Amino acid sequence: MKSMSLKTRSIVLSIALLFAFAGLWQLMLPEGTGSAANMDPAYAALMGATAKGASAMPGPLEVAKQIWEHVLNPFYDAGPNDKGIGIQLGYSILRVLVGFSFAIVVAIPLGFLIGMSPLFYRALDPFIQIMKPVSPLAWMPLALYTIKDSIISSVFVIFICSVWPMLTNTAFGVASVRKEWLNVAKTLEVGHLRTAFRVILPAAAPTIMTGMRISIGIAWLVIVAAEMLVGGTGIGYFVWNEWNNLSITNVIASIFFIGLIGMVLDMILSYLTRLVTYAE
Amino acid sequence: MTESTTVTQQPRIRVEGLAQRFPTPDGSGETTVFEDIWFSVEPGEFVCLIGHSGCGKTTLLNILAGLATASAGNVIVSGQEVTGTSLERAVVFQSHALMPWMTVMGNIAFAVSSKWPRMAKKDLYAHCQKFIDLVHLTGSENKKPSQLSGGMKQRVGIARAMAIEPQIMLLDEPFSALDALTRGSLQDELLNICKETEQTVFMITHDIDEAILLADKIILMTNGPDARICEIVENTLPRERTRNNMHTHANYYPVRNHLIEFLVNRSVSFKDELASPDYDPRHPPVVGPTAATDEAGETGTGALRAQA
Repeated sequence: MKSMSLKTRSIVLSIALLFAFAGLWQLMLPEGTGSAANMDPAYAALMGATAKGASAMPGPLEVAKQIWEHVLNPFYDAGPNDKGIGIQLGYSILRVLVGFSFAIVVAIPLGFLIGMSPLFYRALDPFIQIMKPVSPLAWMPLALYTIKDSIISSVFVIFICSVWPMLTNTAFGVASVRKEWLNVAKTLEVGHLRTAFRVILPAAAPTIMTGMRISIGIAWLVIVAAEMLVGGTGIGYFVWNEWNNLSITNVIASIFFIGLIGMVLDMILSYLTRLVTYAE
Repeated sequence: MTESTTVTQQPRIRVEGLAQRFPTPDGSGETTVFEDIWFSVEPGEFVCLIGHSGCGKTTLLNILAGLATASAGNVIVSGQEVTGTSLERAVVFQSHALMPWMTVMGNIAFAVSSKWPRMAKKDLYAHCQKFIDLVHLTGSENKKPSQLSGGMKQRVGIARAMAIEPQIMLLDEPFSALDALTRGSLQDELLNICKETEQTVFMITHDIDEAILLADKIILMTNGPDARICEIVENTLPRERTRNNMHTHANYYPVRNHLIEFLVNRSVSFKDELASPDYDPRHPPVVGPTAATDEAGETGTGALRAQA
């Protein structure tokens, strides 16, 4: 073990933990006792496998098999209630990206304004402080009533939850640009727009990107809940649908995929943050 | 040098009755940082301002640069009153103030393209390269500031200021954060560059030897608050001085001792001299300490005072 690098050892440990977890999971599965024997046969048929003695809680192997099936055939479309997990994830990602993009368009210019103007900073601060802690889902009824479209409403909810971290981070990043860099621009008689793009934006970029990274994380959390509410398509709807089908296997598989996509989104933003980060 | 300072043209910088006051933190009154500051800088002249911390040296430089506004008085540059920043007044900041996300070339090109926005890319880079070569940074064009040493960063700061070919360069203790060896070689380079280009320079320092080496004229400012110009010391060493030979000149110690005497004692006790009816803030006394001052006052202090 000692000759292995830290990286190798950590991978070995990860795999060991995975197997330990799967083993524990398998051990703790409830034994099917089968209450169907005392039931009316018609009722037992209606109740499905659970009543016949099998637990709805799958073992790790079943889940792994299910995940593998999804990986093999992610994009099939067999009607409104039977679409591949790839399609459902695609819908969710699309909604997140659209809402997130709108949030960028609003939050970054507004953040610039707030960061550069102490007047706007103070004037808008109470609104931001009140709006920021509101769960984005609380906006859903209002969105549904005014927009009258469930898809756009879920995009709106993503927008509203993405906007705050980006807004506050942009304002903070812009406000804390080093005075001396601004003085350099001033002594060089650089215009406002050029100063904004060549000095303030690159100086604040790492802070802005951190805000965007927080935003996309929150957006991905919220989209699942939003889609459970509005239904139709998306990974959130898929999870809820599988719960209604009592397919815990698919629910667990979905959890895995939601986590995977969330991780990928975070990695992309983290990579972009590194691109704009500068060493002083 | 005394011959060259005849009043034939308007001074490059004229400072007239400059004062800076700030409200006190409790809001009850005002603190005067400095008051009644009068001096001028001739074209091609290298002027150093010496004073202890807190006498408002940086504030004064910021006013000259147009980054700050004085509470009273005017700054006139080449016949025009200063109302804001200008590309004709380049600043070298104490902390170099390079943009860390731009390369050496990028930092200088940013300045050059600010001055000449229509310059073709090829000419722009050639122009920047000339100044990168001038400060001996050839080969480091594509490095980021974080990859450079402190001395190299300040070289970039100087190149950036020189590359826009300003009428005046304003330097705010540019070498104070550097080690003695680096400081020495940068002083030599600055001296050579200024000699070649006849650049007008106003520099703040608290290093006496730096002032003697670089400056034609040294302005002494008393301690703040309520700082004044104590006197103006003409550098009596020949302009061909170098860091290695200047201490062998007969006038070196008279000038140096005069400056040390000022920093140690007179910067504090100047308040008494102020009361004297001879002190005129518009014409602060001009002195030129030489080895011969005691015997032949006419050629030293007296002769210079007559022009002031």
